Amino acid sequence: MILKLEHIYKDYLQGKMTVPVLKDVSLQVEEGEYVAIMGPSGSGKSTLMNIIGCLDRPTSGSYELAGQDVLKLGDNAVASVRLHSIGFVFQNFQLLPRQSALDNVALPLIYAGIRKKVRRERAKEALIRVGLEDRLNFKPTQLSGGQKQRVAIARAMVNNPKILLADEPTGALDSHSSKQVMELFQKLNEEGVTVIMITHDRGIAEHAKRIVDIFDGEISERREAAQ
Amino acid sequence: MLENIRLSFQGIWSHKLRSLLTMLGIIIGIASIISIVSTIKGTNEEIKNQLVGSGTNTVDVQLYSEGYVYSINSSSDIPHGIQEVSEETRQRILDIDTVENVTCYKERINSDGVFYQNKALTSVAIRGIDTSYFATTGYIIRTGRNFIEDDYANFRKVVILDETAASDLFRNESPIGQTIEINKVPFTIIGVVDEASKFEPTINSISDYYTYASSDSSGSIFMPTASWPIVYTYDEPENVIVKATSTDDMEDAGKQAEDILNATITDSESNVKYRADNLLEQARSLQQLSAATNNQLIWIASISLLVGGIGVMNIMLVSVTERTSEIGLKKAVGAKKSSILAQFLTEAAVLTSLGGIVGVGAGIGMAQVINRISGVAVSISVPASAIAVVFSMLIGIIFGFLPSVQAANLDPIEALRRE
Repeated sequence: MILKLEHIYKDYLQGKMTVPVLKDVSLQVEEGEYVAIMGPSGSGKSTLMNIIGCLDRPTSGSYELAGQDVLKLGDNAVASVRLHSIGFVFQNFQLLPRQSALDNVALPLIYAGIRKKVRRERAKEALIRVGLEDRLNFKPTQLSGGQKQRVAIARAMVNNPKILLADEPTGALDSHSSKQVMELFQKLNEEGVTVIMITHDRGIAEHAKRIVDIFDGEISERREAAQ
Repeated sequence: MLENIRLSFQGIWSHKLRSLLTMLGIIIGIASIISIVSTIKGTNEEIKNQLVGSGTNTVDVQLYSEGYVYSINSSSDIPHGIQEVSEETRQRILDIDTVENVTCYKERINSDGVFYQNKALTSVAIRGIDTSYFATTGYIIRTGRNFIEDDYANFRKVVILDETAASDLFRNESPIGQTIEINKVPFTIIGVVDEASKFEPTINSISDYYTYASSDSSGSIFMPTASWPIVYTYDEPENVIVKATSTDDMEDAGKQAEDILNATITDSESNVKYRADNLLEQARSLQQLSAATNNQLIWIASISLLVGGIGVMNIMLVSVTERTSEIGLKKAVGAKKSSILAQFLTEAAVLTSLGGIVGVGAGIGMAQVINRISGVAVSISVPASAIAVVFSMLIGIIFGFLPSVQAANLDPIEALRRE
């Protein structure tokens, strides 16, 4: 069991009103699974994703990641979990515009305290893995959307995390690029990476082996994907 | 850390105009401080050189009585219990660490009775000197020759004149080989000496005047100390000049020589004692005066550093807001709070250090301009420049702290949501 969320509640304060965003969410993911969390905007799926990614803490509930109770960890330990156990992919890529693809991918390795030479080597390997070996020194502005997302995936995978968390990974891509990204996720999952993807697009969600629907802060349905 | 510095330069370079404007406050502040410090240092060195002499580093250790230089005008003036400086005493003075050279001389100030043919020379100083006198005091032979061993061994009646005495007595003819009469004894002139570097004091006040008034106005005549008893008396007390190893050692060298010499006085009741001139002390009080006024200028210049620091803080705050999503991303990929803090602090420190370095350069340039325009002496202080750069780095760290903490505490979700 790589992820185990139990009775997660998350409330936001809006002015003086408390707005519940997640209501009693429990979710378990086995190592090597490919899960899509699907729901319309406002359903709480981004909040769930942030909690899974240790960027946010629930109001109540428990969360174990690889057997570790991450809610009990301090700031630095949580940063370390993000560094080593989770790779993030965002809808808008979040690449540093002034740095080359190689430097963008090498960024997490800086925080892992790895020497520059090794960083560059590992970043290069990661870029080869996503098929961008001929774009190492390109700046994000010189890359297409699909290429940018592949750089972002290489960055997410460069520390060899167990989990890849993707938030609307194809939201800003055309159908051709989306297909490439989905193929890449497929490949990474086959290599043993647990992939958790958030999307509102059923077509994209269909690529996962398991789809979890979320609506109004509640996980309303669980079923195996058609394929 | 190195990575942070590299990133900082990248950031500064990508916002050239903004970085320059941010640094401007620091540059102006540091430049004014450096130019003021250079002026203070230059003025101080000038005061020291003027008062203490043009770098010969010599200290007079003369006999004093009741606060005045004790002058011997006739054999009846010779004080009790003070002899010629013995070779042993001379050697002990020479052994002082800070002493480079030492010379002893007998002296009659305001001597009359010097004649060349029917021309009289009045108020001339006559000195009986040893072989190291000219080397110690920085006199060089202009014409003729120096005293040699034979002159001493054979009590030769030979003299050397300084330029002043020579030009007084011999307007158009060469003094070499001429005979002058000192106390009715004929002496042959063998050479003319002059100071290697002329010391022309600026007299601004009455006290300056008294400081310099003792410099010979009617010239000097030198004879071998061995020949002294021919005209005057045996075993007269001597004055001493020590040459210190450096200007800063003058005080110490003079004091030590003074103590050694006073210990040789056998009459404990004597009110005639050796005393070393302390020109450095006079120099110091003048320096303090000029430093006091300039220190106020430094405080005023520091205000511009404060303003510069606030400018840095302002720009850093803008920069943090601008780079919210970058910070969010870095946190998401595993950066600790401390890593983000370090990144922004480094950036502020690099920015202000650069400003400091440019400021030091501008300050040195400004000091040179001040020197050209107003003729004020300037001297660049290396430690002050180094301190200025370190100080501007500190300004960056101090004023960059608040923005950096703000960056480190950014909520990654908020940060990532904003585009």
